[in-house]
Amino acid sequence: MKAASSSRTNLAGSALLALVVLFLYGPLIVLIGNSFNASKYGGRWAGFTTHWYVDLVKDGATLSALGNTLLVATVAGVGATILGSVAAWSIHHFKSPLQRLHLLLTQLPMVVPDMWIGVAMQVFLIQVAWSLSLGTVMIAHVTFCVCYVTALMLGRMQSFDFSVIEAARDLGASWSQVVLRVVLPLLGPSMVAAFILSLLLSIDDFVITFFVSGPGSSTLPNRVFSMAKTSRSFPVINALSTLLIFATLVLTLLGNRLIRPNANPKNVPVSE
Amino acid sequence: MMWMACFFAGPAVILLATAFRTVDSYGRMGPVSTLEHWHILQQSGVQLALWRTIWTSLTAVVGCLVVALPVSWRIIQMSDIWRQRWLVIIAAPFLTSFLVRVYSWRILLQEEGWLASILRATQLLPDGSSLLYNQGAVVLVMIYTYLPLAILPIYAAMNRFDMSLYEAARDLGAGRWAAFFKVVLPNINRGIFAAALSVGVPSLGAYVIPEMIGGLGSETIGSVIAHKLFTDRNLPQAAVLASLLGLLALPLVMLAFRGERARAMVDS
Repeated sequence: MKAASSSRTNLAGSALLALVVLFLYGPLIVLIGNSFNASKYGGRWAGFTTHWYVDLVKDGATLSALGNTLLVATVAGVGATILGSVAAWSIHHFKSPLQRLHLLLTQLPMVVPDMWIGVAMQVFLIQVAWSLSLGTVMIAHVTFCVCYVTALMLGRMQSFDFSVIEAARDLGASWSQVVLRVVLPLLGPSMVAAFILSLLLSIDDFVITFFVSGPGSSTLPNRVFSMAKTSRSFPVINALSTLLIFATLVLTLLGNRLIRPNANPKNVPVSE
Repeated sequence: MMWMACFFAGPAVILLATAFRTVDSYGRMGPVSTLEHWHILQQSGVQLALWRTIWTSLTAVVGCLVVALPVSWRIIQMSDIWRQRWLVIIAAPFLTSFLVRVYSWRILLQEEGWLASILRATQLLPDGSSLLYNQGAVVLVMIYTYLPLAILPIYAAMNRFDMSLYEAARDLGAGRWAAFFKVVLPNINRGIFAAALSVGVPSLGAYVIPEMIGGLGSETIGSVIAHKLFTDRNLPQAAVLASLLGLLALPLVMLAFRGERARAMVDS
C-alpha cells in the first residue's frame, strides 16, 4: 500500500520533472529551430535555410558588436583574473578588518540587482565627467568579473597548502622563482577557469553594458536587444542568438574540463 | 603587500563610491542639496511601477518555490549519479545568455508563432488578445529565467536533510504530505529562504523582461529608471529611484549575509 502510493508520487514527480525540462529547453529549441526556418515568422516550417546567417554576417553593426564583445571580454578576462587573484590572495593572507571590508566589497556586487550596478556606474561616470565609451564598458566588466574571480580563487586558496611556499623559500628560491615555479603552476588551472568564467560573464552581460555603453560601443547582447526592439527581422536575431548560445556552451564545456582536474589536487602538475 | 591590498581594493571601492554618488549626486546638480527630486515618489505612475515591481517579484518568488520544491524532492529520490546529471540538466540553460533566454520567449509567444496559432485554433486564446505584452507573460518568463536559482539551493538543503527523519515520520503514521510539510519543510527552511532571496533580489531590478515581454501596463521601477536616464536625461530623479531600488534590495541582501554567517557558524 505504502509502496504503491510512493511510486505514484514518484510518477507525478517524474512527470513534473519532464515538464520542467520542456519548460527550460523548449523556448531555446524553438529559437534554434527557427533560425534555420525559411519562414519569416516561424509560425510554420517552410524549409531549411542558412539564409539568415548569411544576412547576419553581412550586417556591419553586428560585426562591430562582435568585435566589441571579443575585445571587452578579453580585457575583462585578463584584468579580472589578475585583480581578482591578487584580491583573493590578500583577503586570504591578511585577516585584518580592512580585508574583511575588502571581502564585503567583492561580495556585494554579486547579490545586488545588476541593474542597480549599471545605474550606479552610469551616474558615477557622468558625475566624474567621463564620457561613456568602450572603455567604460571595459571598466564595468572588469569590476563585476573581479567579484566572481575573487570568490572562485578564495575557494581554491582555502585548500591550498601555503607551506609549499615556505618550503620553496627555505630551499633557496627567490620570490620571483616562488611565484613562477610554485604558485602559478599550482593556482594556474584555477586562474584559467576564472578567466573563462569572466569571459562567460562578460559575453552574457546585457544590463550593465546597456547603462555604461556609449554610441558605437554596444556588445552582442545589446545588439540582440536593440534589434529585437527596433527591427522586425526576427530570423536574423534568431541566428545571432543561436550563435551566442553555442558560444557560451563551448566556453562552459571548456571551463568545466579545466576545473575538473582541479577537484583532485593530486592531478595538478608540479613543475620541476 | 598592504599596498597591494589597498590597490586591488580599488575597483571595489570605486563601486562603493559609485553607490554613494547616487545619493549625493543631486547635491552636485544644484548649489545646495535638495529633497525636491524625492517628490517624484508622489507621482502615481512611479508609485504604481513600484508596487508592480514588488508584486511581480513576489509572484515570481512564489511561483519558483512552488515548482522548485517538488522538482528538488523528486531529484533527491534518485541515485547519486542521476542526481548529478539532473542538476546539470537543470542548471545548463542558466549558463546561456540571459538576454537570449528572454528573447526566446518573445519568439515562442509572438503573434504569428505556432503556440499562439494553436491556442487560437482551439479557441483557448480569444481573437484580439495576445500571449505577449501582459503581466502574466512577464511573471512566467521571470520564473523561467530564475527557476534554476531556486532549485539549486533547495536541492542543496534537501541533500543535507537526514532522510531517515522523513521515513521515521512515515513509519509513525504521518501521511506523505504531513511528513513533507511538518518534517522536511522546517528542516530545509534555510534553503527555501536562500532560494527566495536569489529569485527575489534580481527580479526587483528586472528591466529586460518587462521591456521585451511586457506591454505598456507592465513598467517596473527598472523601466522607469532607464526612462529617466535615457529619455528624460534626469540624472537626479534616476538616482532617487535607483537608491530606492537599493533600499528595497538592501534588507534582503543583509538577510542573505546573516544567513551565510549563521551557516558558517553551524559548520565550524
